[in-house]
Amino acid sequence: MLTFILRRVLSGIVLILVITVIAFTLLYLGSGNIARTILGQNASEELVAQKAAELGLDRPLVVQFLDWAGSAVTGDLGRSWFNGQLVTVQLASRLSVTLSLVIGAIIVTAIFSVILGILAARRGGAVDGTVQFVSIVGFAIPGFLIALFLVLIFAVNLHWFKATGYIPFTTSVTGWLSSVTLPIIALSIGGIATISQQVRGSVIDGLSRDYVRTLRSRGLSSNRVVYKHVLRNAGGPALALLAVQFIGMIGGAVIIEQIFALPGIGSLTVTATAQGDIPVVMGIVVVTAIIAVVVNLLIDLAQAALNPKVRLS
Amino acid sequence: MTAVEVPTAIPTPASRVDHLFRRLLRNPLAVVSMIVLAIVVLIAIIGPLIAPYDPNQASLQLILAPPSAEHPLGADSAGRDVLSRLLAATRTSVVAAILAVLVSLVIGVGSGLIAGYYQGWFDNVSSWFTTLVMALPGMVVLLAARAVLGPSIWWAMLIIGILLAPAYFRLVYTMVTATRSELYVDAARVSGLSDLRIIGKHVLSVVRAPIIIQTAVVAIIAIGIQAGLEFLGLGDTSLPTWGGMLQDAFANIYKAPFLIVWPSLAIGVTSIALMLLANAMRDVLERTVVVRRKRRRAVTTRTGSVAAVTTASSVTDLGDEIDIVTAEGQTIRHDDDQQAAARSSEIVLSVKDLRVGYAQADGSTLEVVHGVSLDIRKGEVHGLIGESGSGKSQTAFAVLGLLPKGGSVTGGSIAYEGLRLDTASEKEYTAIRGRRIGYIPQEPMSNLDQSFTIGSQLTEPLRVGLGMSKKEARDKALSLLERVGIPNPVRTFKAYPFEVSGGMAQRVLIAGAVSTDPDLIIADEPTTALDVTVQAEVLDLLRDLQAERHMAMLLVTHNFGVVADLCDRVTVMQSGLFVETGPVRAIFQRPEHPYTKSLLASILDEGPARPPLVGSTQGGNS
Repeated sequence: MLTFILRRVLSGIVLILVITVIAFTLLYLGSGNIARTILGQNASEELVAQKAAELGLDRPLVVQFLDWAGSAVTGDLGRSWFNGQLVTVQLASRLSVTLSLVIGAIIVTAIFSVILGILAARRGGAVDGTVQFVSIVGFAIPGFLIALFLVLIFAVNLHWFKATGYIPFTTSVTGWLSSVTLPIIALSIGGIATISQQVRGSVIDGLSRDYVRTLRSRGLSSNRVVYKHVLRNAGGPALALLAVQFIGMIGGAVIIEQIFALPGIGSLTVTATAQGDIPVVMGIVVVTAIIAVVVNLLIDLAQAALNPKVRLS
Repeated sequence: MTAVEVPTAIPTPASRVDHLFRRLLRNPLAVVSMIVLAIVVLIAIIGPLIAPYDPNQASLQLILAPPSAEHPLGADSAGRDVLSRLLAATRTSVVAAILAVLVSLVIGVGSGLIAGYYQGWFDNVSSWFTTLVMALPGMVVLLAARAVLGPSIWWAMLIIGILLAPAYFRLVYTMVTATRSELYVDAARVSGLSDLRIIGKHVLSVVRAPIIIQTAVVAIIAIGIQAGLEFLGLGDTSLPTWGGMLQDAFANIYKAPFLIVWPSLAIGVTSIALMLLANAMRDVLERTVVVRRKRRRAVTTRTGSVAAVTTASSVTDLGDEIDIVTAEGQTIRHDDDQQAAARSSEIVLSVKDLRVGYAQADGSTLEVVHGVSLDIRKGEVHGLIGESGSGKSQTAFAVLGLLPKGGSVTGGSIAYEGLRLDTASEKEYTAIRGRRIGYIPQEPMSNLDQSFTIGSQLTEPLRVGLGMSKKEARDKALSLLERVGIPNPVRTFKAYPFEVSGGMAQRVLIAGAVSTDPDLIIADEPTTALDVTVQAEVLDLLRDLQAERHMAMLLVTHNFGVVADLCDRVTVMQSGLFVETGPVRAIFQRPEHPYTKSLLASILDEGPARPPLVGSTQGGNS
């Protein structure tokens, strides 16, 4: 088990390293004369050269990378070129918003996928047909389009929720709920559409297994067998999809945060990208890669907990 | 990246693609989807030609103008004609999506074919690259790339194509690795066909249909991401796109709410049409496979029956006799002899005119058991013998109330100590199963849940059904494991099913069946899946347990040796009917029905210790 975890952590670190190298090379090589971009077209050549030296951009790329990586391991991701703020400080405040959104959406996705998947698998008929059709539509329509209509209906017309803005969880729980409910729904629908189908398939498959009949023959109720045995065996594939969804939602949050004016990583990404604020973009790439690796590790651990074959091999 | 649902990998012969198309035409949803998509493509081609105005022509007078005769869809925040922009945007968006799909298709399918067919280092590199791409949120990559490359829809599509390539890669890779080990591919290689020819002719034809389905899914994702990017205002603002129109509409949501309708409809309708089409294609493909699989199983059953006949007909030709089926209700009954009569006369289980049927897709019912009657007395072992598919297991499952999905008791009655089971509610049945009627299955491994330890599966019914404490249940389970002859009960208790042998697993299942102290055990071919030596041991164990606990037992088998060994009475079943029933001795000495005679002839010729030849296919189980 310990070697299993160690191997996963190691491959995660390698992954982050590779992503970092690629991103750094592309971002720093591809963004042209950065000092000129920052100072504007009217700045003199000397000023531009001076600025480049100040930012360390006159050094070879390898040196720049090693310098950046050296401080990155100590937790320093540099400063924004445009407002001079520490990248880590900027990221930290926004990460909590995005993560609360994405984690909320993942929980909602997991719960509803399981409920709908089991319902469709066990009831069959019209219930199954409805769940399937809604899943098709939910998968097909882009999440941000759903978000737009949620804003239009529930915030603009019905005034049930705040259309925009964010209230931290620590300030007011109900305020937080009111500010994240619609974004979480918008983020979850695509995931529910995908994972409920997966759960449905696994449960249908599980119900036809021999051990289900044998367990029931010993006097266990059908509900108990479904929720304890069938669901556990259906959990593996569903969890793998949930990991993919988590990563997808971080991407999806970029647009959702813009629509609901939430101060998360997403809006920071958009601003930094539009400005060409490379240290901030670099920081975002690193942080999302770390999140992705951590999520995958957690899902692997959950898989091992669910499935003894994974754990014991 | 958005999750991509990979269609089930199905080997599909080349001709199926045309076939697929023809079958799709019979599905109304698929036809509507195809018409919608055809219209979208048509607009993409001729849209800009029929547009009434230049899509970028701004006018101060027309800012947010409502629909009018000149501008049927109104004008946007810059006073541009919405209809003209919608027509032009359809072209941009469709071309952009096609670009992304093509890039993804070429990279994903190409690398999947090479990695799957040649494997080796390329395989490792591509798999690793796939992990890398899947670990990054697509939108963040796109935005980071935009910081470098500037606002270009074409660059963005190229990157989306690369990001979505793993979806194709995984699909093609799994299918190719499955195909390359097929014998006909080996044959092609041996006969000197070049790798290129083999991939083109044999491998590509297999993956073609699933790739078409995947393309619809990738197109949906490409349209979605692209629209999202434009919506964020990070695209090329000089080009009209659906996402760009959406952004303008959302910015003016209070002033001109109707603007949001058209781009939303364009994105929504196109995506849903693609998804419905993909789903319809998947349905058609899966149904083809189901039909094929069913047919094969039917053949297996038939050959299984033929095999049963051939093993039985070593002396006489049974080709004609096997078709003799007794009319319903005409079971040949032998009177009790002294030995049988000496047993208790108290009836535990009484089955009368039982019929079992399966609901078919067309609404009809397929009957597999045609009105059978049977009494089992207290402490008696009753054998139910017949060939595979004769309905033995169906009868047993009906008594347990655990018929596979779609199956039900369609007639007759089942009574356990006077209590009607066929009409019992699920709750009443749950109380009877285990505590009154136990069940020993046929296949040891598949009847244990691989995710739980043997101990937890044994103690769960004791704790839930009998209300034992954790310790009581554990002690009882351990003593039972010891009783059924497991050498190290504690270790087996803690083990997972995949850690023990088949013989041990069958002993565990027997322990489980008797753990709740039932009065009646239904054993469905309990020794068929085991080695010959283990079979004898398990039969001994069953005989001892039965005598020790005075349980009645319904023993389903196809082996007269087992019947002779264990049973007091025996019923012979053929094609869903009981043909002959009576005390074991009477049946062995004076068999009357030709089918019984044929079954007996085989073992009498070859000796009772002969292991079963058929059995393992048990087609009638499902």
